[in-house]
Amino acid sequence: MRGILEAAGYVPHHRLRREAVAEALGTRAPSGTRAVASYDEDTTTLGVEAARLVRRGAADVTPAALWFSTADPVYLDKTNAAAIHAALRLPDTTVAADLGGTPRSGVAALLAALSSDGPALVVTADVRTGLPGSEDEVDGGDAGAAMLVGSDAHGPLLAELVATGSATEEFVDRWRVPGEPRSRRWEDRFVASRYPPLAERAIKRACEQGGIDSADLDHVIVIGLHRRSVRAVRGATGFAAGGLVDDLTAVIGNAGTAHPGLLLADVLERARPDQLVALVSLADGADTIILRTTAAVTEHDPTRTVASQIQAGDDRLSYADFLTWRGMLDREPARRPDPARVSAPAAARRADWKLGFVGSRDPETGALHLPPATVPYQGGELRGGQDPPETMPAPMADVPATVRTFTADRVARSPAPPTVFAVLDFDGGGRYPCELTDVRAGEVAVGDRVEMTFRLVHVADGLRNYFWKARPLPSGSAT
Amino acid sequence: MASHGIRDRVAIVAMGCTPFGEHWDRSADDLQIEAVQHALDGAGIGTHDVDAFWLGTAQSGQSGITLAAPLNLRGKPVTRVENYCASGSEALRQAAYAIAAGAYDVAMAVGVEKVKDSGYQGLNAFPIPNDGTDRSLTAAAMFGLVVPAYAERYGVDTDTMRDVLARIAVKNHANGARHPLAQFRREVDADTVCEAPLVAGSLGVYDCAGVADGAAAAIVVRAEDAHRYTDHPVFIKALSFVAGAGTGLVDPEYDFTHFPEVEAAARDAYAQATVDDPRSAFAMAEVHDCFTPTELVVMEDLGFSERGTAWKDVLAGRFELEGDLPVNTDGGLKAFGHPVGASGLRMHRECFLQLRGEAGERQVDVSRGLALVQNLGGYPGEMVCFASVLGTEPDA
Repeated sequence: MRGILEAAGYVPHHRLRREAVAEALGTRAPSGTRAVASYDEDTTTLGVEAARLVRRGAADVTPAALWFSTADPVYLDKTNAAAIHAALRLPDTTVAADLGGTPRSGVAALLAALSSDGPALVVTADVRTGLPGSEDEVDGGDAGAAMLVGSDAHGPLLAELVATGSATEEFVDRWRVPGEPRSRRWEDRFVASRYPPLAERAIKRACEQGGIDSADLDHVIVIGLHRRSVRAVRGATGFAAGGLVDDLTAVIGNAGTAHPGLLLADVLERARPDQLVALVSLADGADTIILRTTAAVTEHDPTRTVASQIQAGDDRLSYADFLTWRGMLDREPARRPDPARVSAPAAARRADWKLGFVGSRDPETGALHLPPATVPYQGGELRGGQDPPETMPAPMADVPATVRTFTADRVARSPAPPTVFAVLDFDGGGRYPCELTDVRAGEVAVGDRVEMTFRLVHVADGLRNYFWKARPLPSGSAT
Repeated sequence: MASHGIRDRVAIVAMGCTPFGEHWDRSADDLQIEAVQHALDGAGIGTHDVDAFWLGTAQSGQSGITLAAPLNLRGKPVTRVENYCASGSEALRQAAYAIAAGAYDVAMAVGVEKVKDSGYQGLNAFPIPNDGTDRSLTAAAMFGLVVPAYAERYGVDTDTMRDVLARIAVKNHANGARHPLAQFRREVDADTVCEAPLVAGSLGVYDCAGVADGAAAAIVVRAEDAHRYTDHPVFIKALSFVAGAGTGLVDPEYDFTHFPEVEAAARDAYAQATVDDPRSAFAMAEVHDCFTPTELVVMEDLGFSERGTAWKDVLAGRFELEGDLPVNTDGGLKAFGHPVGASGLRMHRECFLQLRGEAGERQVDVSRGLALVQNLGGYPGEMVCFASVLGTEPDA
């Protein structure tokens, strides 16, 4: 039996109040907030953070494939999934590829994984943009989601696949020329005439295949970027009262490609055993996936639930900062040199460190080196006639740390000055001074608990420099 | 393993220095020529009489040609050296060692930096191709880490810590106001220091050294030849240099309240010069005050104050011009400005002037006969440090 072994969503720290947009632009104020990828996050880092949560929940399963879907790839002609693969420290036998392009590619990756052999890690992420004040900007959201798909031979399934159903049709809903900050959209009412019948067929096919009455579905997730169509499908008769799942758009916005996985993770975090979950996605066609939860959902202990991440959101982000982070507001830079392009050979030589945050440990003393070093700092030396000291790799990405001292740099180049920087002492030993993120300068204290997060450091010559930063550990969190 | 030193084998017979500041109209070549001319004036010789040259510069030129071309040096060995902000001191160390080795009769050390031509604020390093994981913080942020660490370790409250650091800035500006070549020649009061815009952490603008262009030079000869060039040579008692292994950044035991490289360089220099008690041995000292907390910590690393007590000595005025151990009598990096490659030689020049009784209204009592130069580069946890001891008389 094939199904979902683990699922997780990653909702970034920042929220933009929709009222803040209205206040700045003098438009009408919709309510709620949208999730915002920080200045140092993009679809690759959002995907990494979601996938790390999945890997923590299923550390024993090695994916044979990693499929990454996003409508906002940071590179063309370069596989974005490869950076995610490196950050997760997956073996080189795991194929990693992008299924990019449109929001439908997220569901498509999940469908592909469900119909293939071997464990497959589906990673989805989106950063939804739009021109200032647009519906896409205000109603969009940024998030990542990941699902580990496999069979019960790989471990306990949270939910088994019951049936799928799709309906494909070419028509013009929305389109975006690569590189443009916004999608263009066809007139609303025409699009609203296309999706509901497609959804109806997709749901019917899945129900027929699974021998299910749609009234028996316990959780129905209906999502899509076309608001009117989503509303129509949700309103269709046949779903059990109370089965329709809140699509979370009010609090985090619609995260496009990542939204199906995010809502699925959210449902699996609170579903009871033996419940039917239907995912209905409207994106250039309609897709339905029906799953049945297993007894394992009661044992499911996610590292960080979608609900807890939503609750932890920080909605103090100003609209000016949001626009700056999105490249919509070109502000005066710091009087510091432009960052240099990362050296590809240097980065390749140290990929374990740079992308995997792997230090080295001296087997003699146990002393930890971040970054990895050959000659240990405690009494180590090179000696003639002897081989250099042996070191052991020390993966540190999942080890929490404590702030020993810190500073705020008001001069360093940053899209969100001041740069907050701290000296971290890791649990069990090891020190590393590094940048903090998702935090304000005045809210850091010696003794604060932090965890590592995979982030964008800078972009030079179009080349993205990824490395690890630290962020506050949610209060009450054990790890 | 040994560090024997070259005690009293080499003397500085002349030094030169340009004004430090924003030299928009002058190139690194111009600055080198002025500093060298100034030094040659003191010794009464020409560049042809100098057998070998060492040039310290971090990023104003590469190779010895940086100095050879503007001075029109022909057939001379000229070596460019670089050790961050200690590059000028490193040039002096190499020149002195070459003389002590008997390789040359007369050698010159020159330091230069053209910092303000970059168009950026602060000091910026040349990018070396790397994996993109290096820190990109400013020095102010890195040295700013010392403040909360020191305050917590020694139980100094925030207000007192602020007063201590302000006192260091006020002192150095007061001294710099008395030096004709200093970049900033205005005294500042503690309120101005405390109310200045923040740069990093709790450090404000007045807690940071000025950024300046400038050059300085020294002529060194064998001690026995020194009186051919001057009636008042200054003798090199010790030259020490330590490049740290950066362990403070990986070792959880390091607490950011001291600089092991400074301690190590000082220990070595004191051994070379047989200084037993640094608190009473020196008439004055020039130290690396890139930021006010740096000077505070260095007072302890050099043994001028017991651990955890330098803040009290600062408040007691012990390091002021009239104090028991005047520090940075020329205003230090704080008031003089910091042309990276030139600063080490600028520090030596102030000791040179003081020991010769030529420091004018800044002159301190030098009857103790010894002065100390301490010059560092890099950051807390990851630095290079130079220390030298200079004296008025060779020991018997």
